Amino acid sequence: MATGLSTHVTARRRPRRTRTLPDLAPVVFGLARLQVSYGRHRAVRDVTMTVHEREITALIGPSGCGKSTVLRSLNRMNDLVPGARVSGRVTYRGHDLYGPGVDPIEVRRRIGMVFQRPTPFAKSIYDNVAYGPRAAAGRRGRLRKAELDDRVEEALTGAALWDEVKDKLKSSGLALSGGQQQRLCIARAIAVRPDVMLMDEPCSALDPVATAKIEDLMLRLRHEMTIVIVTHHMHQAARVSDRTAFFTADTDSEGERHGRLVEYDATEKIFNRPADRRTEDYISGRFG
Amino acid sequence: MTSAHTASAPAEAEPQLQTPLTHRSLPRRAAPAVLLVALLAGLGLRLAGLALAWSAILAAVGYTVAIYSWSRAVEGTRKAFDRMVTAIVTSAFLLALLPLVSVLWTVVDRGSGRFDSEFFSYSMRGIVGEGGGAHHAIIGTLIVTGIAALISVPVGMLTAIYLVEYGRGRLARYITFFVDVMTGVPSIVAGLFAYALFELFYEAGVRMGIMGSVALSVLMIPIVVRSTEEMLKLVPNELREASYALAVPKWRTILRVVLPTAVAGIATGITLAIARVIGETAPLLVTAGVTASDNFNPFDGRMATLSVFSYNEYRSPGVPPEPSFDRAWAAALTLILIVMLLNLVARLISRLFAPKTRA
Repeated sequence: MATGLSTHVTARRRPRRTRTLPDLAPVVFGLARLQVSYGRHRAVRDVTMTVHEREITALIGPSGCGKSTVLRSLNRMNDLVPGARVSGRVTYRGHDLYGPGVDPIEVRRRIGMVFQRPTPFAKSIYDNVAYGPRAAAGRRGRLRKAELDDRVEEALTGAALWDEVKDKLKSSGLALSGGQQQRLCIARAIAVRPDVMLMDEPCSALDPVATAKIEDLMLRLRHEMTIVIVTHHMHQAARVSDRTAFFTADTDSEGERHGRLVEYDATEKIFNRPADRRTEDYISGRFG
Repeated sequence: MTSAHTASAPAEAEPQLQTPLTHRSLPRRAAPAVLLVALLAGLGLRLAGLALAWSAILAAVGYTVAIYSWSRAVEGTRKAFDRMVTAIVTSAFLLALLPLVSVLWTVVDRGSGRFDSEFFSYSMRGIVGEGGGAHHAIIGTLIVTGIAALISVPVGMLTAIYLVEYGRGRLARYITFFVDVMTGVPSIVAGLFAYALFELFYEAGVRMGIMGSVALSVLMIPIVVRSTEEMLKLVPNELREASYALAVPKWRTILRVVLPTAVAGIATGITLAIARVIGETAPLLVTAGVTASDNFNPFDGRMATLSVFSYNEYRSPGVPPEPSFDRAWAAALTLILIVMLLNLVARLISRLFAPKTRA
């Protein structure tokens, strides 16, 4: 793999470098002065940015800079953490995600998520993928068997896993390899037919070959959905993303660390002509 | 280079190490030999008229001292200490095994005498002296314990689900505390509680199978809560999050992901809880009572159970007493077999329900 060690080279080699990124693409997420606290600790503060439709937006930065926290606030996963509080404004296609009466279940039906470690359920491959559609159908009548079969095949094909597992749909999801498990989790998320896919370091537990497969998959999925990915792997951000947000952690006078957004721009610009000194230091490997 | 290296190695002078890599050690058969000598010495003491237990203890001590001193003289302190601790641990293991084997042997030996078809097909109705059986008690035990499980399993499991998945703050803390307290309730207190409860609704001196079930539930619920709670805590939080991220509501996540993942452990815990209460005697004595006849209706009158049957046959034997004693031992053997059967069933269940991990 000649991905190269220099991000600049990698970036220049990407064919869609010519793709211009006007702000014309509809805004999917609008974050305004977002602040997330866990108990009394402010994990991240003052994040203002927009995520655009059918683009891959990468959130990068050193550990503890709050990039995962920001990601988890986009589909209200932070609700599940006791003591977590979100302030500021997060809109999804113009609707306030934290407005009164917003059902987190409805939010997560539109905004799927893939986690760092593959988490297949202790069920068969088929049941893993069918799990989301079945739960959704539970609310409005049953899904017919043929329909469910189609959904499962569609999702597994979408996650580039169908050819590898089509003959063993009844075997356990846990019997797959790590990379396959992660693609199974992506298929499981696709099966709900979300509008947005959030990915929280989806490749950090995988080997380079599996990582390459997931990255290819992301580039294909971008035609159908908006993707936001958290990664601590700069080359990955350079390879796949259209826009990149760089976060860092500040230590305040009381010694507490708060994550904050430093710079957000087209990926090409972040990696070739960063506006902020800290971004440049980070991507050139001088810290983090 | 490498060939020269290997070829010339023996010829070269070996660099001197400050301490050698090898130690002197005892001959390979040293330990069995010393053990044999110790056992023969113990046998000699026994033949000389010393009690069996003293002979065994002296043989064990003799072996430990002998192997330690010999090893210390030849192999050094570290190895000697290792051999001594090995001897002590093995002795402790044998000591712990002794009562288990003894009980099992005694029960099988004395219980097999009446372990016949008559024992399983006759009640004690109209039986004086020989014959008769525990048919009524076996059925009674199964009914009483079965109903106790029917009460305890839902209550216990739902409590555990509340504590792990929903419980926050004061209520959860109180429930945990009272479950702990319930674990320590003496079984006779549970029996008296059930009696007092039913006396509120019926006349004094009331005896019913269902009362026994309630008493056993009091003992069983905390065990079910505890074991289920531990199993649910083992389910990784990542699985719950993955399910929520697929827009699945909490109740459905618990039902479809959390419980199936933990079901094998929960089933084992429940079976162990049943095994724990099925042999209870005191609470059943004051609730289900004693009877010589078949009674399959837990809501009407006294109901025999195996443990109470065994106790009663021993406490008030007929004349001559031997047939009663035989029946008591046979009942004890039956009870042990039921518990063993339950454990087998638990293993089977956990194998059947175990989450699929293999292809």
